Amino acid sequence: MSSTTNTPTHHTSTIGAIGAPSRRNTELALLVFAVAIPVFAYANVGLAIDDKVPAGLLSYGLGLGLLAAVGHLAVRKFAPYADPMLLPLATLLNGLGLVVIWRLDQSKLLQSLPNYFQAAPRQLLYTALGIGLFVVVLIFLKDHRVLQRYTYISMFGALVLLVLPLVPGLGANIYGAKIWINIPGLGSLQPGEFAKIALAVFFAGYLMVKRDALALASRRFMGLYLPRGRDLGPILVVWLMSILILVFETDLGTSLLFFGMFVIMLYVATERTSWIVFGLLMSAAGAVGVASFEPHVQQRVQAWLDPMKEYTLSQQGVVGHSEQSMQALWAFGSGGTLGTGLGQGHSDLIRFAANSDFILATFGEELGLAGIMAILLIYGLIVERGVRTALAARDPFGKLLAVGLSGAFALQVFVVAGGVMGLIPLTGMTMPFMAYGGSSVLANWALIGILIRISDTARRPAPAPAGNPDAEMTQVVRPS
Amino acid sequence: MSELTLTVMRLGFLAVLWLFVIVAVQVIRSDLFGTRVTQRGSRRESGRPQQQAARQQAAPPQQRQQAGGGRQRRNAPTKLVVSEGTLTGTTVALQGQTITLGRAHDSTIVLDDDYASSRHARIYPDRDGNWIVEDLGSTNGTYLDRSRLTTATPIPLGAPIRIGKTVIELRK
Repeated sequence: MSSTTNTPTHHTSTIGAIGAPSRRNTELALLVFAVAIPVFAYANVGLAIDDKVPAGLLSYGLGLGLLAAVGHLAVRKFAPYADPMLLPLATLLNGLGLVVIWRLDQSKLLQSLPNYFQAAPRQLLYTALGIGLFVVVLIFLKDHRVLQRYTYISMFGALVLLVLPLVPGLGANIYGAKIWINIPGLGSLQPGEFAKIALAVFFAGYLMVKRDALALASRRFMGLYLPRGRDLGPILVVWLMSILILVFETDLGTSLLFFGMFVIMLYVATERTSWIVFGLLMSAAGAVGVASFEPHVQQRVQAWLDPMKEYTLSQQGVVGHSEQSMQALWAFGSGGTLGTGLGQGHSDLIRFAANSDFILATFGEELGLAGIMAILLIYGLIVERGVRTALAARDPFGKLLAVGLSGAFALQVFVVAGGVMGLIPLTGMTMPFMAYGGSSVLANWALIGILIRISDTARRPAPAPAGNPDAEMTQVVRPS
Repeated sequence: MSELTLTVMRLGFLAVLWLFVIVAVQVIRSDLFGTRVTQRGSRRESGRPQQQAARQQAAPPQQRQQAGGGRQRRNAPTKLVVSEGTLTGTTVALQGQTITLGRAHDSTIVLDDDYASSRHARIYPDRDGNWIVEDLGSTNGTYLDRSRLTTATPIPLGAPIRIGKTVIELRK
């Protein structure tokens, strides 16, 4: 160690890296907080519905706490320099989702429905599996750059996953969207959720190699850099793929998610605004085109443009119409600014899918605008940490992958929240971490696992230069 | 359950939720990291005790002892000054540590000098606190006064050590 000083005429400055601390204790503190909030919410729901603290409070709190502790210990062991925010934020969302699913289980109205079942215990099981997958990702993915080797395999895997629901006998058409597959003995699975991660890996690997060709070979036209015709190939292929998903699986959300993710990553890789303009134009053209002949999509658009008419039709018993959208809007409306209080709303009027696609409406009614804003901010913070990870990552593949995963996460939140709130047509996607559904919980925990792995690599201090026994702790001194 | 309790719980829950968001943002704020540029000079005196403390932790015990002994001697040099070359004016306090000179980026003094080798020379205190200069097998050699060094040699106060176009000397 040496100190450098300057003479009156010279200024000497030293440039040193501020080592990122590991922040594991911060993560632990936040995690305790993130487990305490759902426990509070659980007690609140029990007091509001049954006038007593729910019997499962202790076991529920311990269960969630145990899962969080397992996740935390795995991060401490396998990714000690990882971002301290991701795990607590995801745990909080997952815990809140569990509470609201349990709250909807208690609803008399939903219990009277023919296909009612206790969803909360299953969701707790899915959460446990999700954390398990998270730990597995941390253990076996020692370095995210390994994924780069599987660029084209993951493209193939993603395509297989996307096509699976169309295979006769395997795919299941549930309420108009063919996005599930039946696994005998295990229940149904939404392969699209996992395809999201595989596609992010493929796009990151592909764009890393092709970014220069896509960015540099272009002509300037009306202030935009137009790419050459031959470079339009990949974006056209992905566009076509998402259109095919829309046509054959009638799943607007997944289609939008994949195309949007590709455009975001293309923009990040090439820094060309023209890709965003192209992407928006193409997705608009595709959506309008498909909506003009696909009845399922058409109906969704109609329900979006005039939810009240849809509601009236469904009340009159016309088959194929649903009151959900309107009930969700009413739920948001009756929540007001501060909400009705947990367990005291009537969002069960949404009936079907109240605890999955429409779970946000329950939050909107019972926590009000203030609560919904906090929840959207928590989602925003997850995305922010993902993008921050991308900024800090030292390798281009890691950067692109982190951007792709957090972009997909953000898009999914936007598509679901926008659909439930009536901003865009409703799609069959689930709110990450909150909504009931095994595939979604599993896939999103895996996604957080990969982000934590990238952030661990990015924040890990650079290895010290080979030690000269005589010259330890030297400091670089440069005159300005 | 009374209406009042439920209202308090409802507002309390929202408050707790927002508290979490605020705490999370605070964590993000305190988590910013990157590079730090420190201007040295006017704060040199105030900064020194900390650096000494840091060095005492970092330096091996043997060296620390020598440093203490060396500094207290009369006529012991306290700083190394670059008097010629591109680094003219740079000063390094002598606190018992080994100073390496060369073009290598991890040298204490990085010489931007075509005639210097990447690990050119080192300057270190011996057991009695005398400062020694040793050539590390450089191409163009290290000169003390006008003689080329062949072995580790004690440095007299104010004697010029020449490495390529750079001249350094020890001062009180």
